[in-house]
Amino acid sequence: MTQFTTLSSQVVSLPINDVDTDQIIPARFLKATDKSGMGDHLFADWRYTSDGSPEVDFILNKPEARGAQILLAGNNFGCGSSREHAIWALTGFGFRAVISTSFADIFRNNALKNGLIPIAVDLETHHDLFDLFAEIPDAELTIDLATQTVRLPDDRRVSFPIDSFSRHCLLRGVDELGYILGFEKQIGEFEARLVDY
Amino acid sequence: MAQELDSPAILYIDLHLVHEVTSPQAFTGLRERGLKVRRPDKTVATADHSTPTHDLSLPIADEIAARQIRQLEANCRDFGIQLYDMSHPDRGIVHVIGPELGLTQPGMTIVCGDSHTSTHGAFGALAFGIGTSEVEHVLATQCLLQRQPKTCEVRLDGRLSPYLTAKDIILALIAKIGIGGGTGHVFEYTGMAIRSLKMEERMTVCNMTIEAGARAGLVAPDETTFEYLAGREFAPRGAHWERAMTGWRELTTDEGAVYDQTITMDVSTLEPMITFGTNPGMGMKITGRIPDPDHLPDANDKLALTKALTYMKLRPGEKLLGQPVDVVFIGSCTNGRLSDLRDAARVLKGRTVAPGVRVLVVPGSGAVKRQAESEGLDRLFKEAGAEWREAGCSMCIAMNGDQLKPGQYAVSTSNRNFEGRQGKGGRTFLASPLTAAAAAITGQISDVRMVMA
Repeated sequence: MTQFTTLSSQVVSLPINDVDTDQIIPARFLKATDKSGMGDHLFADWRYTSDGSPEVDFILNKPEARGAQILLAGNNFGCGSSREHAIWALTGFGFRAVISTSFADIFRNNALKNGLIPIAVDLETHHDLFDLFAEIPDAELTIDLATQTVRLPDDRRVSFPIDSFSRHCLLRGVDELGYILGFEKQIGEFEARLVDY
Repeated sequence: MAQELDSPAILYIDLHLVHEVTSPQAFTGLRERGLKVRRPDKTVATADHSTPTHDLSLPIADEIAARQIRQLEANCRDFGIQLYDMSHPDRGIVHVIGPELGLTQPGMTIVCGDSHTSTHGAFGALAFGIGTSEVEHVLATQCLLQRQPKTCEVRLDGRLSPYLTAKDIILALIAKIGIGGGTGHVFEYTGMAIRSLKMEERMTVCNMTIEAGARAGLVAPDETTFEYLAGREFAPRGAHWERAMTGWRELTTDEGAVYDQTITMDVSTLEPMITFGTNPGMGMKITGRIPDPDHLPDANDKLALTKALTYMKLRPGEKLLGQPVDVVFIGSCTNGRLSDLRDAARVLKGRTVAPGVRVLVVPGSGAVKRQAESEGLDRLFKEAGAEWREAGCSMCIAMNGDQLKPGQYAVSTSNRNFEGRQGKGGRTFLASPLTAAAAAITGQISDVRMVMA
């Protein structure tokens, strides 16, 4: 698993609620059989015009988005399809954390498995953050996974929830499949007890 | 199966369904690690998303899609997995064939790299969608790391009026609680209304449970469930059936069960539902008026509705009745089963598709197609002016060439009306097969109760 400890970065603001995974990566890009190149198609239908040129008004095409590794999005981010391609598109573009008030369950799971941190904050903090980046677009946030905090430019610290197992895996770069494989013996014993109709 | 302190549980998976879109990278992962598929006998694959729905004897025109399907074939061959391939008579949409073949059974844990895996919950199975990393975990270990979800009882009381369907129930529920309303929860549907639904209808309700944000939706199995399962290819037989039934009969809702949350809805007052916006929660009664963003208190909600109506090119305060449509799509894992096609046929019988409207009827599986043809539904659809296609996901996800053109309006029996879901720039109204068929013959959004009066 991709390791994550701390991150200081500028932020891209996308104040849209209920961003679904079809917007993050439209289905026509799911015919690929590998994970690479998905970043080019991130938010494709919002990011490019019908002739394929960049949509100048879209935030990812603006200079301030360059190099930003944190996405600040509206409520209920990542709903809809289970496609992990949505995560590969976000990480392929360079994002390592998304901030919202809530995340769809499958999206959250997929994100944690790829070193993309879903940071859920309360509504008030969420509003404050949008206000902050509207005022100072190049402000930076610092995410510290060990303490589960986001530090704002005014030194205010906001904590965020993450289950202790995922935090441990991300901090140490633990491979989840390796962890389950460690239970080989118990899985075998469990299977031996399974009743086959 | 096992759980360590401060760690998620390790959940054993009884049935793993696999399709071409979300599995290639998982098989690559196995190869890189030199791992096998632990239980190929508990793994079943089919190709459904990128498969064409025209003549299947022709080569697939889209080379990238063809490569993805060939990749699935190679992966299944190399790892010893049963594949319902393009030439198999029982192939079809993964969530249609699982139940149809009797693979889906009460009490099972079922996963698939597909959010609509919730469909299988209709049998009292714990069934939910997973990502590709987790597909790899299950292939390698037959297990998944899982945290216990919260529970929510959805009690459906009352009786549906004529021309009201399971689709209207679930669209009304999502409109009521919102697309994030079920996040973090598993739903259990209880009450007289769910009991009186047939299995195919229960599947429609469970299928779209994910659109309310809940990963899974369950219905405790009952005689309706057992009757559906009896005699299916992979359902237990003879003494095995008796033994299975003993276990399945215990899977009832506990007396006095406590849930983290309870939602109730009386289905007897429902009207046919239709969506007007760009997520499945933006739904209303078909006779209703499009809501006005200015009447919403929350600034973000206001923005979201304004954005949706701009995309849909619709005006607040107006009715949808009479809105012209270009395409009608009848199919998908939500409404592509035989009862759905019969519903559509009921409306289309002896009538013709309105001029200029394209109507696609896409059966959910090869078996659904055969049954429909044996009842003469294919002839009925074709005589009415609709296209009768081969089984697959088709225009629900628009990966296979079946798609809307920019700006087109479609009434669709599928599950998602997200921007561009049915083709870039396409605009989707979600509705039941009855409502979709009513739009097909009138060329506009219509109240099926009036059309049939």
